[in-house]
Amino acid sequence: MPAPRVLVLRAPGTNCDEETAEAFRLAGAAAERLHVNRLLENPALLDGFQALCVPGGFSYGDDISAGRVLGNQIRLALSEPLRKFRDDGKLVLGVCNGFQVLVKTGLLDIEDSAGPLATLTWNDHGRYEARWVHLNATPGECVFLRGVERLELPIAHAEGKIAVRDDAALDALTSQGRVVLRYSVADGGEAKGFPANPNGATANAAGLTDSTGRVLGLMPHPERYLFATQHPQWTRKKAAGGYDPQGDGDGLALFRNAVSYFG
Amino acid sequence: MLWEVDVLPADGRPDRAAERLVEAAAHAGFTGLAVATARGFLIEGDALDEAAAQRIADGVFTDSVVELRRVGKVDCEHLASAPARMTAAAKLVQVLPKVGVMDPTAQSAEQAIADLGFAGSRVRTLRKYWVAGLDDSRLAELGRKLLANDAIEQFVIGPLGIEHLPSGAPYKFELKHVTLSGLDDDALMRLSKSQQLYLQLAEMQTIQRYFGDLNREPTDIELETIAQTWSEHCSHKTLAGRIAYRDENGERRFESMLKETIFAATKQLQAQWGADDWCVSVFKDNAGIVRFDETDNVCFKVETHNHPSALEPYGGANTGLGGVIRDTLGTGLGAKPIASTDVFCFAPPDTADDSLPQGVLAPRRVMNGVVEGVRDYGNRMGIPTVNGAICFDERYLGNPLVFCGNVGLIPHEMSFGKPQPNDLAVAIGGRTGRDGIHGATFSSAELTHESESLSGGAVQIGNAVEEKKVADVLLAARDRGLYNAVTDCGAGGFSSAIGEMGEEIGAEVWLEKAPLKYYGLSYTEIWISEAQERMVVSVSDDKWEELRQLCESEGVEATAIARFTPTGNLKLTYHGETVGELPMALLHNGRPPVVREATYTPPAVTPFEAPKRGDFTEDLHKILGSLNVASKEWVIRQYDHEVQSGSVVKPLVGIHSDGPGDAAIVRPKLTSRRGVVIGCGINPRYGDLDAYHMAASAIDEAMRNCVAVGADPSRIALLDNFCWGDCEKSQTLGSLVRAALACHDLAIALEAPFVSGKDSLNNEFSYFDASGAKQTIAIPPTLLISAMGQIDDVANAVTMDLKRAGSVLFVVGVTHNEMGGSHLGLVNDLTGGDVPKVDPAGAKQTFAALHAAIKQGLVLACHDASEGGLAVAFAEMAFAGGVAIEADLASAPLAGEYANDYDRMAAALFSESNTRFVCEVAEEDAERFMACLVAVPHALVGRTFDENGFRLKWNGVRVVESGLASLKEAWQAPLRMA
Repeated sequence: MPAPRVLVLRAPGTNCDEETAEAFRLAGAAAERLHVNRLLENPALLDGFQALCVPGGFSYGDDISAGRVLGNQIRLALSEPLRKFRDDGKLVLGVCNGFQVLVKTGLLDIEDSAGPLATLTWNDHGRYEARWVHLNATPGECVFLRGVERLELPIAHAEGKIAVRDDAALDALTSQGRVVLRYSVADGGEAKGFPANPNGATANAAGLTDSTGRVLGLMPHPERYLFATQHPQWTRKKAAGGYDPQGDGDGLALFRNAVSYFG
Repeated sequence: MLWEVDVLPADGRPDRAAERLVEAAAHAGFTGLAVATARGFLIEGDALDEAAAQRIADGVFTDSVVELRRVGKVDCEHLASAPARMTAAAKLVQVLPKVGVMDPTAQSAEQAIADLGFAGSRVRTLRKYWVAGLDDSRLAELGRKLLANDAIEQFVIGPLGIEHLPSGAPYKFELKHVTLSGLDDDALMRLSKSQQLYLQLAEMQTIQRYFGDLNREPTDIELETIAQTWSEHCSHKTLAGRIAYRDENGERRFESMLKETIFAATKQLQAQWGADDWCVSVFKDNAGIVRFDETDNVCFKVETHNHPSALEPYGGANTGLGGVIRDTLGTGLGAKPIASTDVFCFAPPDTADDSLPQGVLAPRRVMNGVVEGVRDYGNRMGIPTVNGAICFDERYLGNPLVFCGNVGLIPHEMSFGKPQPNDLAVAIGGRTGRDGIHGATFSSAELTHESESLSGGAVQIGNAVEEKKVADVLLAARDRGLYNAVTDCGAGGFSSAIGEMGEEIGAEVWLEKAPLKYYGLSYTEIWISEAQERMVVSVSDDKWEELRQLCESEGVEATAIARFTPTGNLKLTYHGETVGELPMALLHNGRPPVVREATYTPPAVTPFEAPKRGDFTEDLHKILGSLNVASKEWVIRQYDHEVQSGSVVKPLVGIHSDGPGDAAIVRPKLTSRRGVVIGCGINPRYGDLDAYHMAASAIDEAMRNCVAVGADPSRIALLDNFCWGDCEKSQTLGSLVRAALACHDLAIALEAPFVSGKDSLNNEFSYFDASGAKQTIAIPPTLLISAMGQIDDVANAVTMDLKRAGSVLFVVGVTHNEMGGSHLGLVNDLTGGDVPKVDPAGAKQTFAALHAAIKQGLVLACHDASEGGLAVAFAEMAFAGGVAIEADLASAPLAGEYANDYDRMAAALFSESNTRFVCEVAEEDAERFMACLVAVPHALVGRTFDENGFRLKWNGVRVVESGLASLKEAWQAPLRMA
């Protein structure tokens, strides 16, 4: 089986594209970074790839709101090719700003006739925040989270709070198993506010999948925990013994799942 | 048609901008306010009808889950009325960027509107505040103090009263000359000041003579070009110049002070190392370059952006970081930025508002603005901010300091560039506007209460995404070999960039070709504008088309604006007409030498008398809560310190990730385990006692921070940043020379070369007090030493948090009776005492021995002792790790003479002597650890326990006893949220 080809999309202000491509490579994929202008000029380029990743950063400066300008470009010009991409059994991953972009493209199936059910908005405390979080996964159909129960990852965002239109919207998303990642406390118990839930997200939601399980958007950064030495307490784990500082980090699982899906 | 779209929080959603304003207003003495806000967008387009405006409002500006929008004509009642959540009668205040000020959000909005199918629309942003509870005069005061910064914004109470977006008038060319002939000395100096040239008399006379010999007057652009090139900012004429220095050891004359001190030390080390020299490019390029591994080098530069940050903290700090990132991009053939470091000096944030001199922004506002400015640029660029420090002193009131540093990675073969004769000079990136005119000359002048009105144009506003785009295409072009040299447009704009690149060749510049943000710029404004996010590359004709296409493919503008014609002259033209012509030799070598006097008189040392107490628990709590020591977590968490995925040791460490890490480690190449270590040292409190020992202490601190996390002490490169007061005053310059002498001596003794540096002089603020008398506040002499170390294998890194119970605790290094400038003195209002000194030979030996122990894996935790001495070091290690300790400091190595046992005990706990570490070692490793340290003073002083306690003893008697939580709370409380 040849290595699956992954398109890591970059736009003005994207800044996690290199390490995200490296994460896919470490997991066994052939990753290529491509400027959105190339895709807008020639959407057929998508045909050469099995997975698309919209990585983190500040696309177009997050001016107006996070992910808005790039999300609009994709929605207006690439909706159809991307829907076909997904329906062909291919994968789409959006991390942080990439999630913010996906939310605005329609690819996450979070709209009904009255408009969007959910969005990403300002953190409750109103600031950009960088910190590590504990997460519980309920993968359901989600390809990227197969076999994952709990993991630790860093977040780094200002507009990362998942907010829903109303209670009915939350019920719809929850009952369909779409909330696949939730912030928790260290032992896996429910997060009760800041800092375990770093942004005030409704129902502690940190990641959403689409109706097929092949599209995932999440605020935490899996590509920032590829190596043991990226964990904030790795020197403590090493001192406690039985810990390999040359080992892997939790985040690599998502990229490996994407690769083995095509295996 | 001109439309306005307002976006407001939907019902039931919080209005965060209003909450922030109410909180900030309360700090500034405005109570009882009620506020509601909206983000407004003014949109003008020939074909826009109301339906189109509504489509744009929904499709571009509004998130219907959490926001609602209003669309209408500017000032219509629908848009002017307060939102429903506002129950009291409110007045509307609207804030807009001044005409010509950068508005990045508007640029992105124009792109998004075009994507939606309405090309050619123009956008301006505004902010709307409905405020209840203030009368008109208080409202205007609120507007001035908190809503708008007059340097870049205007606020309007009530309707805007506009029908079109202003577009500026076209420029009408008129060649201007400045009359120099016949001016006497007074008139020359008046001209220097009124034209914001800030040149000295001898320099003005030299220019007058030069044009007198040519029998003509200079054009305005010629005079500006000389002023930019000769400015302190660009030429460092004071420190690189002649100085007659006198101190208690006699007199010394320097032909070039920096060359004979700091540069000379590096040269000596390089000669000494011979084939093992790991310096690649020092004091030449935009950043200093040293060897990293088999294929790559690393470069490092730290810049200051003090004066712009005093006037407009957000924009000043924003562009300070943006500027130093361009230094990295402009080093060699372009380095990839991999990490940033930021150090700030502020007046205490609780300074009372009514005590502020005229023209001074409230320190809290300065602090918040600076922190946000750095945050928004660094985060958007995707460069982790991994290290920093914040110092507080009343004397930074009118003149805060903002140091921004950046580290870059660059392949060996890309480390040098050289423009070739007849290359094109191509400007890449942002357009040129009126922002930042006179930044280079302004930064070389003293700040006054009039600076804001006089030099508001010197403030630049950044657009990080533009710079990110430039970085992306520049590094791609570098790897394709499309240019021969690159430099950044920093202070002085094109005048500096092209003037410096063409120094050895000559250049002909076509000023009309520079892309402009708006009409109306004169040829001189184009030449000296410091608009951000521009780089200049030197391109041969055969590569130009490929470069142009690459830039275009990523939406980056690239324009050939000059040619490096081999004439030795700088020729400036505008639409074919020559507007200026100067020999490069005049610009770069024509400045008259000035001999400056520098004197240093060591202040008399008075004894320090320690409080006669048997218990220092409260003192320790107070020191932990003093602003310089207290946790800076609220800043650090706003900075992305993990982007690029190289993070190994983060700025916050420990069991709850909230302890103060000594230095940061990043792994610039994910395929290699070799790491870069970034640390810093700064302590202005020692500068008041002796600038030599302040500098030595800062070097020791920067290096020991790096060594503490595992850096190899034989591979640490240093940077100096001198921020001083008015160096026309011989005492002020004297203390600077003295600091430079220490840099020379310590660099040689510790074999740590300085590879680059920068100075910012004239950091003084003048104002007229209530009685009309002129008052001047000079900053304390402030030297920032930044250190860039390396670690062979990041898996050997060590953090400062105690790891577990059952370990033994060592103190490494000797404590002296050095209570001068100490935090024990600060919290008890005590003065006197000796300044901490460095024993360079001992320091070198200690760093090497400790490094050997760390490399062998014998150290579980390591922390350096600095502000607050050993007591603070122990406390920070204990609460960061959540591990209890008991230690008897009478066992630690102690030297010096003491009047009594109280003084001895106080020094053991709180003296800030250099080159000291506290190490946690597993009991079974203690023998091997001691074997590594056999040649340096060290002692086993205590143990860690499995309980919640913190006990320091003196000869068996408890002198500090506390729970860990109360120590941590004391440390975290003061700056929890600014």
